[in-house]
Amino acid sequence: MLVKAKGTQQSVAASRLLDGEAVWLGAGNIWVEDVALAAVFDGADAIAEALAFAKAEEKRQIVVDVYPLDVEITDQGTRPTHLRERLKGIGPTVRRDLGKQARQPAA
Amino acid sequence: MTEMTGPTPMPDTHSPAIRSNQPADAHAAVYRYDEFDKTFIFERVEQFRAQVERRLKGEITEEEFKPIRLMNGLYLQLHAYMLRVAVPYGMLSSTQVRRLARIARVYDKGYGHFTTRQNIQFNWPKLEDVPTILRELAEVDMHAIQTSGNCIRNVTTDQFCGAAADELVDPRVYAEILRQWSTLHPEFTYLPRKFKIAITGSPNDRAAVQVHDIGLIAKKDEVTGRVGFTVYVGGGQGRTPYLAVKARDFVPVEEIIGYLEAILRVYNQLGRRDNIYKARIKITVNEMGADKFIGLIEEEYARLPRQKFYVDPAIVDAIQTHFAPPPWLDLPAVSDSFEAAKQADPAFARWTRTNLTAHRTPGYAIATISLKPIGGIPGDIEADQMETVADLADLYSFGEVRVTHEQNLVLAHVRQDDLYPLWQALDAVGLGTANAGLISDIIACPGLDYCALANTRSIPVAQRIAERFSDLDRQHDLGELKIKISGCINACGHHHVGHIGILGVDKKGDEFFQILLGGDAGTNAALGEIVGPGFDYDGIIDAVETVVNTFVKLRQPGEIFIQTLARTGHAPFKEALYARA
Amino acid sequence: MPVLDRGLPIDDRWTDLADDQEIPAEGAIIVSLERWRAERDALTARRDAIGVRLKSNQLATELAADLGALSLVALEFPKFRDGRAFSAARELRERFDYKGEIRAFGHIIPDQYLFLTRVGVDTVVVPADRVGPAWAHALKEISVAFQPALGREDGTSVLRRHLKGTVPA
Repeated sequence: MLVKAKGTQQSVAASRLLDGEAVWLGAGNIWVEDVALAAVFDGADAIAEALAFAKAEEKRQIVVDVYPLDVEITDQGTRPTHLRERLKGIGPTVRRDLGKQARQPAA
Repeated sequence: MTEMTGPTPMPDTHSPAIRSNQPADAHAAVYRYDEFDKTFIFERVEQFRAQVERRLKGEITEEEFKPIRLMNGLYLQLHAYMLRVAVPYGMLSSTQVRRLARIARVYDKGYGHFTTRQNIQFNWPKLEDVPTILRELAEVDMHAIQTSGNCIRNVTTDQFCGAAADELVDPRVYAEILRQWSTLHPEFTYLPRKFKIAITGSPNDRAAVQVHDIGLIAKKDEVTGRVGFTVYVGGGQGRTPYLAVKARDFVPVEEIIGYLEAILRVYNQLGRRDNIYKARIKITVNEMGADKFIGLIEEEYARLPRQKFYVDPAIVDAIQTHFAPPPWLDLPAVSDSFEAAKQADPAFARWTRTNLTAHRTPGYAIATISLKPIGGIPGDIEADQMETVADLADLYSFGEVRVTHEQNLVLAHVRQDDLYPLWQALDAVGLGTANAGLISDIIACPGLDYCALANTRSIPVAQRIAERFSDLDRQHDLGELKIKISGCINACGHHHVGHIGILGVDKKGDEFFQILLGGDAGTNAALGEIVGPGFDYDGIIDAVETVVNTFVKLRQPGEIFIQTLARTGHAPFKEALYARA
Repeated sequence: MPVLDRGLPIDDRWTDLADDQEIPAEGAIIVSLERWRAERDALTARRDAIGVRLKSNQLATELAADLGALSLVALEFPKFRDGRAFSAARELRERFDYKGEIRAFGHIIPDQYLFLTRVGVDTVVVPADRVGPAWAHALKEISVAFQPALGREDGTSVLRRHLKGTVPA
């Protein structure tokens, strides 16, 4: 279940409308397919602004199911703090040959 | 009306269709679309294509589109869209199975997942491809209508219908009538919440009807010979499980639609719409009180224009022809070759002990194909395997395949003479596991590996339990033991009715698992009880083994797990689980 | 707001009155159930037609005794997902044999329009920016049905088409 983001550092997740691919808002307001590249927004104002942009993208039929998530910054890039969001960034753990994990080296 | 009328010449070979000019699945008991059905289904596909176009152009919002796509089976999950295709009452022809394999290969990632509602899910379709996928389905009389959304869902039934020895009436005929009646029902498509109907034609309930919004159990009036249903209402699993209450002991078949209209009408008007978690009919029944609710149903039913909903016996007969028994041969009750094969091959003999069920016709057997290979993903099947199953169905079971709510497949009409070659062919592609009904025949929801709603994973828990008990001799020694795992409180993995139920919960970001004991989805339906504090991801496997070992210690000769538990109560199991901590 | 009949905008004679709006001397008006109950005498003393609005949590039975005096019943969809009005419409037609106009208003999407007509709704109120060909199209997308219609047309028996091979309108 989606866990409400509460931290000061958050990213914005969504799914691409056309194919359902999980995406995150990256630097320069570009949607990225790798959660490690997700932009980290610090503080309520930055998060609200990012969400507003993402919601507008929803209205433009680019993405659906926009929501904020708690993240931390690691040497390997942005890392969601909650298991659900980490799995969204990887793919099914029971099928390592499928999803994002099959395309890119593990972050 | 149907292609299946008229006498069928008795074939002289075990693969009759191949010798004749008929397709190999000509006798598969699936409802075959007439011109009316075909017109409908193709119009529906084009309607959805137009709806997708309107969505992509921004003419409808996601909020408005969501119920529309859901009612066409399309979810948005964690990694991608997911398309749930209806398998009406679990019946498939080999032609349909091959089409599912093709869809898996062309539009998805080469596999499908059979669900506890006898449907199949594809986990990776693209929105833009879905109208085309639906068209491919329509070409073989299939659809994804009402496999989701707040409407009447796919009607489920007993996987052994039409073959079981204990059957009173063939539930498929009525399940098909209900499918048609509920399809795009103008009044009941925006219900407070989803609505599930299950139907069984046998006194031995294999469809878990008492944990459905409406459960129907066929009944024959011994005196008059009239056929009807005992109607249960208000059952369900989810976060607040309830067993259904009996609304009426006997509703004649010709009145069943009218009676269901009355139930749905009351629910549509009075079901709660302020809280999604209290919107199912089970909550309405329990908040209002069963007597009052049933009283309202009866009032509504009394004033309905019943003739409008009267199910004409001629209609029943017409639909019955689609489910006519296949041309079984006159066979001796005992097959020498079958007996010899069991003697010669212990692995085969072991499979026959768990994966066969008595057929009503001498010389035949019902074979369960386990989709639970040790360490595999419960319910998953590769496209190649689907095609193998289709071929074997053509060879050995009149081209018919069934899906069970336990996420397995069934070939319902196999000659005993053919069982050995069937099993060998299944075993060669990883489908010959001798574990139907045993501890590794686990029901598991997709869990957090796929599902956007889940709290925890459930598939890897099932895999690790199966691996812990991978010794098939040990499994056979334990006997019937049903483990059911849900990755969240919505209970798609039926944990409430598992002999051992496992419920995944999120504990501050970590996966934790509670154990429930004593649930039963059978005729003596019962809800399991949580035994105590949960276990972590590693601990849950040990905990299950502790429960099983406790059973082994306590059991009396001939007892299965659920019987021992009923005799001893939960206390010794609790003690074993928590005393050592 | 535009009113659609059979998918097309019509000239609408009805005025939908909020509870704090004064009742005009003339013209067909629609009032809330509460106002109808409070001011029934004054309303029926007028020469022109009266309609009553039901909220989605108000059952058709609330109006059972009054239907003879009403030329229109308007059913609200606060959200398109709230499907209670489908039952209300059917109750009006089937149980109370109501022959007047049934109108749906609120949040309604074209994809529900065919269902609405099949439970007995005649007209639909649509925001101006949502009027378009989708509404008329929605009535034609699916030409067949598995249930007897409940509105203007009627069927004889559920699933009867299997014997007749007929296609209900």
